[in-house]
Amino acid sequence: MFSLKTAWRFLRSGKGQTILILAGIAIGISVQVFIGLLIQGLQTTLIDTTIGSNSQVTVGTEENYGEIEDWENIVHRINQNVDGIRFISPTLTLPSFISIDDETESTLFRGFDLERGSEIYKFDQNLVEGSLPEEKGEVIVGIGMRDNLGLILGDSLNLFNFQGQSGDVTVVGFVDFKITMLNDSWIISNLPTAQEVFDRNDTVTAIEIQVERVFDADLIGEEIDLLFGGNYVVTNWKEENQELLSGLRGQDISSIMIQVFVVIAVVLGIASVLAISVIQRSKQIGILKAMGVNDGMARNIFLYQGLILGLLGGILGVSLGLTITYLFTLFATNPDGSPVVAISMNYQFVILSFVIAVVASTSAALIPARRSSRLEPIEVIRNG
Amino acid sequence: MDKILTLKNINKVYGTKIKTQVLFDLNLSFEPGSFNSIIGQSGSGKSTLLNIMGTLDRPTEGIVEIMGKNTVEMSKRDLAELRNKSLGFVFQFHYLLPEFTAMENILLPVMMQNKGVSQEVKKRAEELMEIVGIEKVKNNKANDMSGGQQQRTAIARALMNRPKLILADEPTGNLDSEATDNIYQLLKEINEKYRSTFIVITHDKKIAERTDRVIELRDGKIHLDLLR
Ligand SMILES: Nc1ncnc2c1ncn2[C@@H]1O[C@H](COP(=O)(O)OP(=O)(O)OP(=O)(O)O)[C@@H](O)[C@H]1O
Ligand SMILES: [Mg+2]
Repeated sequence: MFSLKTAWRFLRSGKGQTILILAGIAIGISVQVFIGLLIQGLQTTLIDTTIGSNSQVTVGTEENYGEIEDWENIVHRINQNVDGIRFISPTLTLPSFISIDDETESTLFRGFDLERGSEIYKFDQNLVEGSLPEEKGEVIVGIGMRDNLGLILGDSLNLFNFQGQSGDVTVVGFVDFKITMLNDSWIISNLPTAQEVFDRNDTVTAIEIQVERVFDADLIGEEIDLLFGGNYVVTNWKEENQELLSGLRGQDISSIMIQVFVVIAVVLGIASVLAISVIQRSKQIGILKAMGVNDGMARNIFLYQGLILGLLGGILGVSLGLTITYLFTLFATNPDGSPVVAISMNYQFVILSFVIAVVASTSAALIPARRSSRLEPIEVIRNG
Repeated sequence: MDKILTLKNINKVYGTKIKTQVLFDLNLSFEPGSFNSIIGQSGSGKSTLLNIMGTLDRPTEGIVEIMGKNTVEMSKRDLAELRNKSLGFVFQFHYLLPEFTAMENILLPVMMQNKGVSQEVKKRAEELMEIVGIEKVKNNKANDMSGGQQQRTAIARALMNRPKLILADEPTGNLDSEATDNIYQLLKEINEKYRSTFIVITHDKKIAERTDRVIELRDGKIHLDLLR
């Protein structure tokens, strides 16, 4: 109690110094919070654009676009046995060609259970013209293909494949996937249409899955693989995006490095100011010891100063960091008004930053505290 | 009656490479309730001796017994407690804590016991302030008081825990002669009122003559020990 009171009194009487050091901690921690949240936001945005509208775990066959007959059973069993599944969508994918006038284009003709497929690919949200297929024989087409071929609603397309099978479909809508490759080549229908055009039975070629926690995709993939005893080929986004993953990891490391150096700078700042303060106050400490303050109490006076500075500086720093982050999302925006980086609040990270501020500044006080503990009152009293 | 303080064969040597012996085989003991003065030339070892008496410094050789306890064998922690409960210090440079007010400075010896400051304790502090005559500046920070007021505050602080033994090293060293007279008058009154033992270093022979016992040091030895 006495040590705490004295610590507080020392901090208050050295107001200029205290304010300076608090500003130092606050700025350091706010930079740490802002950089941390910004990089997390960048990563979330990056992951979201890469795999947010894509299959994250795919159950397929050995051969490319091989047929899966008991797909309904598979979907059922995955739903029953595997946790962490967000969306699950069976799909029949048929590489094919279309010819219009003299031109021939290669396309990916994909049949979906449109409701479930929309959950992954957002057909409904991405529709820019017309409507979703409802009747047999209706398709929607990417806007890239529309522009390349000069398609309009109601056009009829002739689809054919290498096996010489062919069929006609009608365009009822255009869709913008925001990804050029898909916009240029995808033709979407419901499952029965896709099955009928090329004379398929009630089969699909893959079951596509989105998971709750994207970084668990590999684990969930393994679980599903185990569930079917290796009868199917289960792939996940992580194995197919190694470069992205190592990029993210590199970003993580540099972000942590920045944060670590900021914290080190803060610690050094506090340590040096407290080291000066312990020298400035050696007279007081000496006289207190002469009057009966023991070494432990003398040490605690400085530890408490570190703790108080850490608590106050941490609160200030976190508030400042969150304010900067908020202003950043407010002012750093795209032409359409959406933030350049979608930053979301991560309470765990912010609380961790606060704890780091407190722990760092308390440990920064350790060396001055030791000095205070070791100071002999006689040194002060003898030398006036 | 038991002695309040006994020194046996005290030697003090400063330095490890170049050794200078400052105190030579001193033997002294002090009666409870007595008012003692130590005089001697500058450099004769007065302060060194007083700091050893107050357990702030350790003798190179010898025994310091305070109220029958050998302090040379005590831990630093126990010594701190002993100083807090049984000793009061007044130094030449009054050493108030500038971060605290006069009142708080006087309360420090109680506050550092972590027991909380009771109404009774506050009353005693006010009483002491009245005795030393600083009621008017009780809420002033140390630097907002005159030298004499600061010294009076330091005296009140030394008395706060009702110590048996009060050690003062030239407590009036930087005060004018009238203030010096007043302070000694005050110490004498306290000595009579509370029966606490005083050992006071002074270079002022006239003041020494008014005390119960005068010890003169010369080159680290007792040159004179006058009892009245
Ligand atoms: N830390 C030290 N190291 C070496 N010598 C010291 C040390 N402290 C004091 N001395 C020496 O010890 C001797 C006694 O010093 P002390 O301070 O006890 O004298 P004093 O009688 O109090 O003098 P004054 O009246 O000037 O205060 C002096 O010669 C001094 O130089
Ligand atoms: Mg001296």
